[in-house]
Amino acid sequence: MLNWRSQRVRAWCYQTILIGMLIVLVGWLLHNTLGNMRMRGIQSGFDFLLDPAGFDIGESMFAFTSTQTYGSAFLVGLLNTLRVSCIAIVVCTLWGALLGIGRLSSNALARGLCYAYTELFRNIPLLLQLLMWYVVLVELMPDTETPLHFHDWVLLSKEGLALPWLMSDGLTLTPEFLALTWGLSLYTSAFVAEVIRSGIQSVPLGQVEAALSIGLSPWQRLRLVVLPQALRLIVPPLTNQYLNAIKNSSLAVAIGYPDLVSISNTTLNQTGRAVECIAIVMAVYLTLSLLTASGMNYFNRRAALKER
Amino acid sequence: MSLTLAFTRKILSLVCLSALVGAFPAWAGKTLDAVKQRDQVVCGVNTGLAGFSAADSQGKWSGIDVDICRAVAAAVLSSADKVRYVPLSAQQRFTALQSGEVDVLSRNTTFTLTRDASLGLHQTAVTYYDGQGFMVPAKANIKSAKQLKGATVCVQAGTTTEKNLTDFSRTNKLDIKPVVFEKFEAANAAYFSGRCKAYTTDASGLASIRTKEAKNPKDHVILPELISKEPLGPMVRRGDDEWLAIVKWTVYGLVEAEEYGITSETVNSLKNDSTDPVVLRLLGKSEDTGKLLGLDREWLARAVLAVGNYGEIFEKHLGEKTPLGLKRGLNAQWNKGGLQYAIPIR
Repeated sequence: MLNWRSQRVRAWCYQTILIGMLIVLVGWLLHNTLGNMRMRGIQSGFDFLLDPAGFDIGESMFAFTSTQTYGSAFLVGLLNTLRVSCIAIVVCTLWGALLGIGRLSSNALARGLCYAYTELFRNIPLLLQLLMWYVVLVELMPDTETPLHFHDWVLLSKEGLALPWLMSDGLTLTPEFLALTWGLSLYTSAFVAEVIRSGIQSVPLGQVEAALSIGLSPWQRLRLVVLPQALRLIVPPLTNQYLNAIKNSSLAVAIGYPDLVSISNTTLNQTGRAVECIAIVMAVYLTLSLLTASGMNYFNRRAALKER
Repeated sequence: MSLTLAFTRKILSLVCLSALVGAFPAWAGKTLDAVKQRDQVVCGVNTGLAGFSAADSQGKWSGIDVDICRAVAAAVLSSADKVRYVPLSAQQRFTALQSGEVDVLSRNTTFTLTRDASLGLHQTAVTYYDGQGFMVPAKANIKSAKQLKGATVCVQAGTTTEKNLTDFSRTNKLDIKPVVFEKFEAANAAYFSGRCKAYTTDASGLASIRTKEAKNPKDHVILPELISKEPLGPMVRRGDDEWLAIVKWTVYGLVEAEEYGITSETVNSLKNDSTDPVVLRLLGKSEDTGKLLGLDREWLARAVLAVGNYGEIFEKHLGEKTPLGLKRGLNAQWNKGGLQYAIPIR
């Protein structure tokens, strides 16, 4: 017989009731939505994912034609999002680290420049930055017929950055991709710089003095003493910034890059399946974020200092 | 274990209440009743498309889609000013209508099977027969859309435009690369900056964009091909046949008014002086067609008085004297070589 007086029993009861109410709420919302949709004659279901898409996509990582399914189109969108996000994450980590360390340098010019950079890029909304880079790449670049070029290896024009020698028939990076990756990397680096700076500053001065006293060079000091201890404080906010980068890549719709949200918009309009498309996009971003966060948590556990 | 009875009752009643509320339709009731009670028609329009629905610097809306809403308001509520305009993007428009946020969607929306059959919405009557076309810079020396092989084409997201572009590209083996923007201002900017070789949207939209956005409209050419049929018109929700009839017959009424020579200036004099039985019927002098729609006999007379007949609406917003300079073309009356064929009001 369960004893109400026991705190453990009470806790279990309350939690069961709370979870029960949550399930009832979600169930009711789903039932209400589906019922409303059925009543108004709005068709629902995920079967549209197997229908032919009927639209082309400007750039994709594998050959996509309009006869392929909506499901394939979503996959193209996902790969495009991942392409931008991965590059942005790598670049922002490296560049952000340099900036963060530069903020603490003894050279006043380096310190000032890093400070100015961080303040500038953190405080202007990302959408404006992306639009600005896009305008630069598209308005100020020359026409395709007269590109800026370095011999025949690198050509820059309104069509993008062309590298004809790469891969079988050359690689062209479109202005949309360049503007998004570049803008996103620069923006996120500013935040990463602050995260890294605060992590480094959190290491007690005693550690730095001890490192000095045993004759380590500044670079050795950073690599062997400061950074390992700073990583404890850096990794969780850094995870945040990575997740932000992934989600911010959805601003691609504003500058014409066919990422997941853009493809979902087109599909939504053509099939009318608003609830399903938004649900897919939400599920994908949630999965990406959870994967990134768990990866970083694993890294965090390994990097964490074993306290005695 | 003894959960108090009161506590158990509270939980159970909460669960039962939620189930009950879920069982009733969240939206019930006829649109006409709601409109009459609110004394206002809520009209979903474009965020800004010259000639169709655009707000000026004072916030006053104008365009043919706006005038249709005003005509409906005049017919139902006796005043064309009893309208609230809700600007909607291409992504929001159907959800706004489905959920009840707007009563009628008058937003240059193409009638298609998908939209009529699977969205819980209904098409009413076509107000503008359009087609999709291309605009290219004059210096590109392109005379036909079939010369756009491998071209990058700027297009706005969330419209029938993308699908038509793909169909055209496939049929003519052009391998066109679309660059798709969410906002149509961004798509315009990209085309005019030279990013894309061509711009595609409905032909009426092309004329409007060339006039408004190009530094020199003569530098851009609208190609002659229309690659699709785009019949545009207002849409309403399913399950409300009364409201559907009112919107549909308002459109037909305005077209038939033009066919029989009733203009906003002559409405009142014709009411008293006309001997044409069709005119007398349209104006409610001889028969009361309004009663059948749930309105009064002067419904069409008020609508024409407020916004003019179809021809007047066309001339005011899209015609040759406007910056758009569109000819009647497909939108002329059926007996003048066009497709505007009002189903008889009798």
